[in-house]
Amino acid sequence: TNEWTNERPGGRPTPSAPRPHRSVGRGEAQAEVEETLKRIQTHKGVIGTMVVNAEGIPIRTTLDNSTTVQYAGLLHQLTMKARSTVRDIDPQNDLTFLRIRSKKHEIMVAPDKEYLLIVIQNPCE
Amino acid sequence: APQNIVRYSFKEGTYKLIGFVDQLAVHFSQVGNLIPKDSDEGRRQRYRDNLVTGRPLDEPEAAEKAAEELMTPKQPKERKLTNKFNFSERASQTFNNPLRVGQPLPQPLDLTACIVHGREEAGPTASISPQSDDITKVTQAAKIVERMVNQNTYDDVAQDFKYYEDAADEYRDQEGTLLPLWKFQNDKAKRLAVTALCWNPKYNDLFAVGHGSYDFMKQSRGMLLLYSMKNPSFPEYIFSSESGIMCLDMHVDHPYLVVVGHYDGNVAIYNLKKPHSQPSFRSSAKSGKHTDPVWQVKWQKDDMDNNLNFFSVSSDGRIVSWTLVKSELVHTDVIKLKVEGSTTESLEGLQLHTVGCGTAFDFHKEIDYMFLVGTEEGKIYKCSKSYSSQFLDTYDAHNMAVDAVSWNPYHTKVFMSCSSDWTVKIWDHTIKTPMFIYDLNSAVGDVAWAPYSSTVFAAVTTNGKTHVFDLSINKYEAICNQPVVAKKKNKITHVQFNPIHPIIIVGDDRGHVTCLKLSPNLRKMPKEKKGQEVQKGPAVEIAKLDKLLNLVREVKTKI
Repeated sequence: TNEWTNERPGGRPTPSAPRPHRSVGRGEAQAEVEETLKRIQTHKGVIGTMVVNAEGIPIRTTLDNSTTVQYAGLLHQLTMKARSTVRDIDPQNDLTFLRIRSKKHEIMVAPDKEYLLIVIQNPCE
Repeated sequence: APQNIVRYSFKEGTYKLIGFVDQLAVHFSQVGNLIPKDSDEGRRQRYRDNLVTGRPLDEPEAAEKAAEELMTPKQPKERKLTNKFNFSERASQTFNNPLRVGQPLPQPLDLTACIVHGREEAGPTASISPQSDDITKVTQAAKIVERMVNQNTYDDVAQDFKYYEDAADEYRDQEGTLLPLWKFQNDKAKRLAVTALCWNPKYNDLFAVGHGSYDFMKQSRGMLLLYSMKNPSFPEYIFSSESGIMCLDMHVDHPYLVVVGHYDGNVAIYNLKKPHSQPSFRSSAKSGKHTDPVWQVKWQKDDMDNNLNFFSVSSDGRIVSWTLVKSELVHTDVIKLKVEGSTTESLEGLQLHTVGCGTAFDFHKEIDYMFLVGTEEGKIYKCSKSYSSQFLDTYDAHNMAVDAVSWNPYHTKVFMSCSSDWTVKIWDHTIKTPMFIYDLNSAVGDVAWAPYSSTVFAAVTTNGKTHVFDLSINKYEAICNQPVVAKKKNKITHVQFNPIHPIIIVGDDRGHVTCLKLSPNLRKMPKEKKGQEVQKGPAVEIAKLDKLLNLVREVKTKI
């Protein structure tokens, strides 16, 4: 028999197709987060949202590629700096979120253990 | 390479088939000695070579420079210019799946494990894209960002809530106004009326809204939504139920437990820590649910075995105490409401009692066993938890159904009732006639005492107006009389004061909840006389109300 393929010769149990014990819980939480992100994207004044991972690589975005890449790289560095500042002052403390208000709009960054959620909003219409 | 190589295993003393056959055969290997020019070793060698060949490179500073270079690698002085044609931004490269711990090895390497049946991991599940896994970790950040975005949009409202005090109140004599703040509504609860409101005792920005329908003919589903003032556009928790929700209450010690009464007579407890759509505990026909809509539920102190305990009142005339014993709801009938004077003799000489319909109740804050029940006939009964057949007292309160009764939060003898007969009445429970009567020109839906003063209360009527009274300022009229909802046909159904902030929430029968801020005139504390300190505390409030009551009582005795 060919050991290298995924075919199973008789005698080994085939796994049942859907796996209820883990995928339901995960699916619910996933749907909720997706819905929250969708609500944020469609909220009044929001220009764009993006999710960036710990290395500064954007995972999900509503803006075009070049803008996303630019925001991701710059804000990632800024968030790291802000976080290290907060921790240097008090090691028990940690950064909850970062808000940069400029003349044209406001950039909000919510860091997480592994991800960064960035939202750009124009507060006054 | 051949597939059937067999080797003798000394450990087991047999010949064993080797499954994994290395397909790569190395015929010759030699460790090379090429090193890059710029690496440490390379530079060192070059330096040595130069020394040996005696090539002068400006000896002293070359030596220094070379020494420096040996110590630190060269830093590129200017930024690399990126070439559009062959430079690939690191961030725009394809996404490499991150290594996952616990990912099963591909089949051929896992022979020994596969022989053991029952290992469930396999190839097909690894095909779920890792991206969807990772998104759930952004939950917390997404929640924070949603609140930030909402704060930006409703920035002026948030500032008003915190800082705005109506300056015009000084000129307005003694009247006050209600400033509209946020408006909470949800599409799913669009056609359902607000049937219950409750602030969370621990988290002062969280409140629960129960949705259902007061219409006898049009009964449909119900919803329980919990909103936070920090996010006015979407509720924090959503629960839906098959039958309309008529009342709700949050536990003081366990702020995550919400008890709910339904139109079909069932009661249910929702646990906010487990946000499934199903309630954690539910009554059923077997476990003694009511046969008519449950109009009010209230948590009580835990009983002697530390079990959770709540009371419910319903139109079927029963007041039932429910106890949560080992994850089951056990019910005990506390009182059956009987309409006095209506016993009729049936054929066999049995006495039939007509059952009264309870519509509202409230428990005394200090005297634990005493509580008031309002009925559809307009009577209010003072009952005790220990006596199940007799009432302590009866008050002929109203001409129509009593919609709400409420004890005064400071004064232990005073309570208030409101009814669809357009009146609000304030009573002393030792006296059978009301102390104060107010006629509001429209059926009164709900009435609530303010938590900060013993003489302030609010009433809402079906013509869309909210009335706020302060007995210490004006005993006969409202100090604020304001239409609160947009369209005329909107009836307001409930009102609740926030325990800490000077705001009230008002629910209407279209499913909207409006949050209003009380202007300073409505929150007046008694003016201190010169030289005396301002006294605070419940004793002052009680004294204030006592003074007023004495005035009224004197007038009555004179008459």
